[in-house]
Amino acid sequence: MTDMIVPSFDDATSTGRKLAIICSKGNLDMAYPGLILANAALGEGIEVHLFFTFWGFDMINKETMGKLKFSYLGNTAMHMPGHFGMSMPQGMAGLPGMTAVTTKMMKKQIADLDVPEVPEFLDLLHGSGAKMWACRMSADMMHLEKEHLYEGVEDIISATDFIELTDGAQLLFI
Amino acid sequence: MPTTTIAGRQIDVDAEGFLTKPEQWDEELAQTLAANIGITLTDAHWVPIHFLRKDFETQKETATLRRVSTVGGIPVKDLFALFPGKPAKKMSYIAGLQKPKGCV
Repeated sequence: MTDMIVPSFDDATSTGRKLAIICSKGNLDMAYPGLILANAALGEGIEVHLFFTFWGFDMINKETMGKLKFSYLGNTAMHMPGHFGMSMPQGMAGLPGMTAVTTKMMKKQIADLDVPEVPEFLDLLHGSGAKMWACRMSADMMHLEKEHLYEGVEDIISATDFIELTDGAQLLFI
Repeated sequence: MPTTTIAGRQIDVDAEGFLTKPEQWDEELAQTLAANIGITLTDAHWVPIHFLRKDFETQKETATLRRVSTVGGIPVKDLFALFPGKPAKKMSYIAGLQKPKGCV
């Protein structure tokens, strides 16, 4: 008889693993990497802190979090779906209405994978125990208070506060 | 693929210990699987486990945490409370399924 094979579900908190993600972009395509990685880390029992700063504020501003946009202006990797290597003409990205079209396209592709929109994704992270923090300087620049931000945001804190509370964490800047 | 003896039965598992043949699972086995990872099953635990089993029948893959929440109607917060630390993996292990492959 062999020994019983049992998966090891050692709690990451016991190993002290911690992840800090700085979200500094407000484009639809740049919102997702942080959200997806945060979700993956939470599912592994890792303590996760997200710090929203500058354009990343659009991800947690109640006015904008459901309306992030995608433009491929300046992104030479953009191709028609399924046509790899065939770049979209950059000039077209600047045409009126093009951002609305590309945003709609990207939102559909994300929804097709059953990945939630940004506000629902924040709910998922909040429910999974993520700690979300808003940048003090960004809030002051944009004249925003806590009540303007997603309910799950813990507080508006300084960069120093964030560095302190993520002592020993692995860090991602997005 | 290795086999292991769980509750006096020969069970097919992968290298980590997740069941590879969902049909070898029953509720009695689930009790032992749960005990293996330090969980005592209550009525609240059975709701997501039954959902996973039922969902697997039609989807042929293990539901992600989000699917258990949105389709199964169990808040993510509750799942973290029932299966601390790594809810998606712990639930699928007890339900005799592979861990979920989806990213979200």
